[in-house]
Amino acid sequence: MASLSDRFNINAQLEHLQAKYVGTGHPDINRFEWNVNIKRDTYASLVGHYSLTAYHAIAENESIGRIKYNFMQNMLLPCGLPPEKEEEA
Amino acid sequence: MADKGVPLTGSAAYDEELYGGSAGVTGYAAVAQDIEEEEDVDERERAVASKLASYTAPKSLMNDLPVTDDGDQDGSGFMQSRRIVDRESEYSKRRLDRIISPDRNDAFQMGDKTPDARVRTYADVMREAQLARERDNTLRNIVEKRKAEAEASEAQLAALDAVPTKASGMAPAAPAAPAAAPAPTATAAAVAAAAATAPGGKRSRWDSSVPIEAKKPKVAAAPEAAPAPAPAAAAPVSDWDAVEATPAVNRWDATPGQAPSETPGRIWAGGAEATPAGRWDAADGAAQPKRNRWDATPTPGHGGGEAGPGETPSAAGKRSRWDATPAMAALGATPAYGAGALGATPAWGAGMATPAGGMGMETPTPGMLAAQQAALGAVPMTPEAYQQLKIEREMDERNRPLSDEELDAMLPGAAEGYKILSEPAGYEPIRTPARKLMATPTPFGGTPLYQIPEEDRAQKFDVPQQLEGLPEMKPEDQQYFGKLLKDVDEEELTVEEAKERKIMKLLLKVKNGTPPQRKSALRQLTDKARDFGAGPLFNQILPLLMSPTLEDQERHLLVKVIDRVLFKLDELVRPYCHKILVVIEPLLIDEDYYARVEGRHVVYCAVPVLHRTALHWPALWEIIANLAKAAGLATMIAAMRPDIDNVDEYVRNTTARAFSVVASALGIPALLPFLKAVCQSKKSWQARHTGIKIVQQIAILMGCAVLPHLKSLVDIVKHGLQDENQKVKTITALTIAALAEASAPYGIESFDDVLEPLWKGIRLLRGKVLAAFLKSIGFIIPLMDAMYANYYTREVMIILIREFQTPDEEMKKIVLKVVKQCVGTDGVEPDYIRQEILPEFFKHFWVRRMALDRRNYRALVETTVEVAGKVGCSEIVGRVVEDLKDESEPYRKMVMETCDKVVRGLGAADIDARLEELLIDGILYAYQEQLADESPVVLNGFGTIINALGQRAKPYLPQICGTIKWRLNNKSAKIRQQAADLISRIAPVMKKCDEEKLLAHLGVVLYENLGEEYPEVLGSILGALKSIVAVIGMTRMTPPIKDLLPRLTPILKNRHEKVQENCIDLVGRIADRGAEFVPAREWMRICFELLDMLKAHKKAIRRATVNTFGYIAKAIGPQDVLVTLLNNLKVQERQNRVCTTVAIAIVAETCAPFTVLPALMNEYKVPELNVQNGVLKALSFLFEYIGEMGKDYIYAVSPLLEDALMDRDLVHRQTACSVVQHMSLGVAGLGCEDALTHLLNYVFPNIFEISPHIIQSTTGAIEGCRVALGPAVILNYLLQGLYHPACKVREVYWRLYNNVYIGAQDALVACYPRMEDEGINSYRRHEMDVFV
Repeated sequence: MASLSDRFNINAQLEHLQAKYVGTGHPDINRFEWNVNIKRDTYASLVGHYSLTAYHAIAENESIGRIKYNFMQNMLLPCGLPPEKEEEA
Repeated sequence: MADKGVPLTGSAAYDEELYGGSAGVTGYAAVAQDIEEEEDVDERERAVASKLASYTAPKSLMNDLPVTDDGDQDGSGFMQSRRIVDRESEYSKRRLDRIISPDRNDAFQMGDKTPDARVRTYADVMREAQLARERDNTLRNIVEKRKAEAEASEAQLAALDAVPTKASGMAPAAPAAPAAAPAPTATAAAVAAAAATAPGGKRSRWDSSVPIEAKKPKVAAAPEAAPAPAPAAAAPVSDWDAVEATPAVNRWDATPGQAPSETPGRIWAGGAEATPAGRWDAADGAAQPKRNRWDATPTPGHGGGEAGPGETPSAAGKRSRWDATPAMAALGATPAYGAGALGATPAWGAGMATPAGGMGMETPTPGMLAAQQAALGAVPMTPEAYQQLKIEREMDERNRPLSDEELDAMLPGAAEGYKILSEPAGYEPIRTPARKLMATPTPFGGTPLYQIPEEDRAQKFDVPQQLEGLPEMKPEDQQYFGKLLKDVDEEELTVEEAKERKIMKLLLKVKNGTPPQRKSALRQLTDKARDFGAGPLFNQILPLLMSPTLEDQERHLLVKVIDRVLFKLDELVRPYCHKILVVIEPLLIDEDYYARVEGRHVVYCAVPVLHRTALHWPALWEIIANLAKAAGLATMIAAMRPDIDNVDEYVRNTTARAFSVVASALGIPALLPFLKAVCQSKKSWQARHTGIKIVQQIAILMGCAVLPHLKSLVDIVKHGLQDENQKVKTITALTIAALAEASAPYGIESFDDVLEPLWKGIRLLRGKVLAAFLKSIGFIIPLMDAMYANYYTREVMIILIREFQTPDEEMKKIVLKVVKQCVGTDGVEPDYIRQEILPEFFKHFWVRRMALDRRNYRALVETTVEVAGKVGCSEIVGRVVEDLKDESEPYRKMVMETCDKVVRGLGAADIDARLEELLIDGILYAYQEQLADESPVVLNGFGTIINALGQRAKPYLPQICGTIKWRLNNKSAKIRQQAADLISRIAPVMKKCDEEKLLAHLGVVLYENLGEEYPEVLGSILGALKSIVAVIGMTRMTPPIKDLLPRLTPILKNRHEKVQENCIDLVGRIADRGAEFVPAREWMRICFELLDMLKAHKKAIRRATVNTFGYIAKAIGPQDVLVTLLNNLKVQERQNRVCTTVAIAIVAETCAPFTVLPALMNEYKVPELNVQNGVLKALSFLFEYIGEMGKDYIYAVSPLLEDALMDRDLVHRQTACSVVQHMSLGVAGLGCEDALTHLLNYVFPNIFEISPHIIQSTTGAIEGCRVALGPAVILNYLLQGLYHPACKVREVYWRLYNNVYIGAQDALVACYPRMEDEGINSYRRHEMDVFV
């Protein structure tokens, strides 16, 4: 019987563990939040891989530093302002 | 109710402490305890401090847990009591003295509203605490004063003799008076009343004077009769006069029976209602009708006159008798009163008191005590004698013969037509008790004959009542659960009663029920916690927890209930915070480690609960999160603040520990301002002491986490070093030591401010305080730079060397510790140590007596080893080596352990030839002389030293072996065992010294001894053989392996664990290295024996067995072994089957999978669950072990797995999932994607299973596939359900998504689906479309 609650705990722990990471989702996440995560991940990945930053620099004919800066700026509000909350009760 | 240890009245407890009777920990002793406990209790705590948050103990500790015998021991007379009280120390038992305080006002909930007058507010509590403190102080002063007076008065005795004027009855006014003095009468009375029930747990005996008064009808009646019209609201003359009028005799009375309305700690359900109602209202003189408890007090026994004052008519309606007091007071000086007093106390001359002297006096007049003592024979009394006398007098007073006056008052007199007869002539009262016994009156009507007893069907003959569906009730449970026994009609109960009954039932189930009952009850309690409400729940749980008959298990369960309920109740717990703490805090100092963890856990849980509710607060707090945080803290502080300067050391101690937990839950900074205020409290040294102690506990609990706040923590406590109170000084020094220890090796700059006072302190102080100061210096020095450390060490060493000769044990331990710390520091020169420290050190510490106390022993060994690290091995060993031949065995052991540790740490390189000889001589002597003892100290030392000497040991080996051989044949089993153990330790050295012949010879001797009947010895012999085989190899072993192994086969049957383990190790080694020396048939025989060993309890045995299967299979081919193993899959026992599957997997690994897989897969055809699952399990282990070799076998097993993954049986699918998991992880990147995708399609539907096991393995399989197939594939599976309309479905999918996300966040970037923009929001990721 103790083990049963332990087992529930394992799953509870898993969810707890997941919640520690920024960017994880949950069943009630809305389209906007998920997309913010996706976009931020994308920019982070682009900034993090030097070769990708360089690639974009060439494609956009900008300096690498500028590209990096732009990406980071974009991470602030990647999808624009959050939509009005429809029902907040 | 309080049958054990719980004083109904506090008088006994109080007096003990006052007079220093048997009080557990006070004064000096408390300091000693401070020092001691932190060494002892907190040692383990410190080790696990970091793991605090988790409920489980570290594995290392778990392993050390003694395995309890689960036999049914109930009712066995030999069993140790499991009750907590029975193992508690006096000190811990003081928890039972604490009172669960009534509910408190929840200030945060109320906002600006004025609190209801009936609810205790923070202010009330604080006031009470202060009163208690003042009372305590006053009482102390009185005792001191009395002592002084007693001494002074001796001289005047003669003069006073003639005039025993001052009634001793005056005395009682004094102690309460300071409290009463500034207040108007009513307040004073109420205050005194309040003090009586104050949560200090101790009632002053003074308040008992009230009921006593009631007992004396004449006293009360007389004043009442005379000045009836006296104005009720007359001048505020203290009504204590009236009390004083009670005959002096009673002043010693504690009269426990006289206070029926007293609420001792644990009937608080009722008491809580009653107490707050009357007390403070009375003090304020509020107009509302009050229930003064004195009114409620039923007039005891013969108190006919008592009703009088209470009923005095007055404007205030129902008035407490206190209101009437001025009437009596006005009368105080009249002769009538004196007469009354006299009448009531025929036994005592003191009743003659001239009233004038005592009126309104607040301190005892000097003469009073003297007079009294004069009456008692004029001996100055010790506190103990006082106590004794007090009890005696009480007994005398109660058992005194009734006086004529009293009889007159009780019996109807001439007025009612009765007549007092004189005794018959010739009557002589019996004076000798012996004769009294003989004179048993004969019953009327002659000898009674036998009568048939009347039949009473309803009578219960002490058979405990049973209830339908409820667990058995123990006799001691009756008081809590008695209500359940009454038959009631559930319909007629009010909602509240029904609730109470329901809770009671559930608690009983939790407490005494079977595991399933317990579980469901616990769940119900948790689920319905909010319906039940905090009040009803805690009203029942907490008293149960305070029950003196509680057992460990029950406490654990109840604490668990609290724990669960806490979370559910959330903000509702706030008013109960203090109550819970009162009950839980004792757990923090329990000697049981797990109880401490548990207690901490609850406090730990309580903090976030309060904290979180703080976060949910409306309006005021919501704005700033930090403020809200502080509100959670505020509740805790409000709850515990009054306890900080509680007069009871026990309460303060537990409170300090609770606060340290709060600090670790909320972070130190949150608590800093509060701590600062407490530590600088001017009001009482207790507050400062507790505040500093909190800091100490924080340091101990949080370890290096104090570093960021070190400076502020030190600043908070540093002034304590100059405190005028010794205890505060001591605890401050200890706190600094704890802080330094926690922060080592950093943070020396934070201690700058305290260095100087510490330095001055160690020169000026003596005794315990010095010990504490030395300790803190000892911990600070290691933080210093080498140069400073050297300087300070030299300085402190002068004091230390002086203290080497202290007889005080505590001081010794601290000195040793400080020496250890100083010596270990860089910058302390070896030469200095050699010349200045060592001579004194050895002279004073290396004496036999030090070996007798375990802690001294340990401290000395540690310090010496530390010293050796600086001055070198030979210096130390040379000094102690002679003592190896000492006649005291414990001392030899200590020497041996020191040599062992020193040599192990430093090697034997600088031991010269002479010392070497002495050393060997010494260890041989010590080895041969060891008798009583089980510990391996001597053996370890022997082994270490011989191994360290290496080849230099060669000349001594023949002698050693001779000794061993001789001792192998000794009559005593223990000596034989030691000899065999020694062989296993020195075998490697013998090999190194080329003594192979000797080794071989020993091998034969051991072989001959295999018939040994003591299993312990046999185990050691097998171990010795094992180490010989290991060093000389299979080929050159004597006896030859082919002779040795058949001799071992029967020994495998031995059930003794030590034998089994050593035997299987030896057999395994032979199978591994020398299988060819033994015929295959013999190996098969061994295989069968091995199957039984899979049942062993010890994991090491099972592991060795499973490995041995692998070796044997390798030696004789897998077929036969495999058949044996596959057949074993049919057995019932799970552990056996699991081990078999592991063995199969190992065989497959050692003999290549293709030799095993066909037979294994064939076995899957057997239509039997166990077998099929076993096959799957074996496959799972197999793929785990073979790793990438698995790529060749995936296609072979896929059809089998398909089948298993579609099976109806859950376990089939679960096990098959784990096969997929291991398989996919093994073959990642090896081009098996097609097969894995195929299998993933079978795995995926299982994600909706609800059994946790299968969820776990399904998740594992999907994770494995993520690694092997890449996250994109899995993401595509998952996208289908992330926005499914059903929440349950989404839950599952998001959990899996999160797993994938955490595992491959970066890789997912490339494969997220394309999103379309939506209104103002741009979801499109244009960056992904860029190309050059």
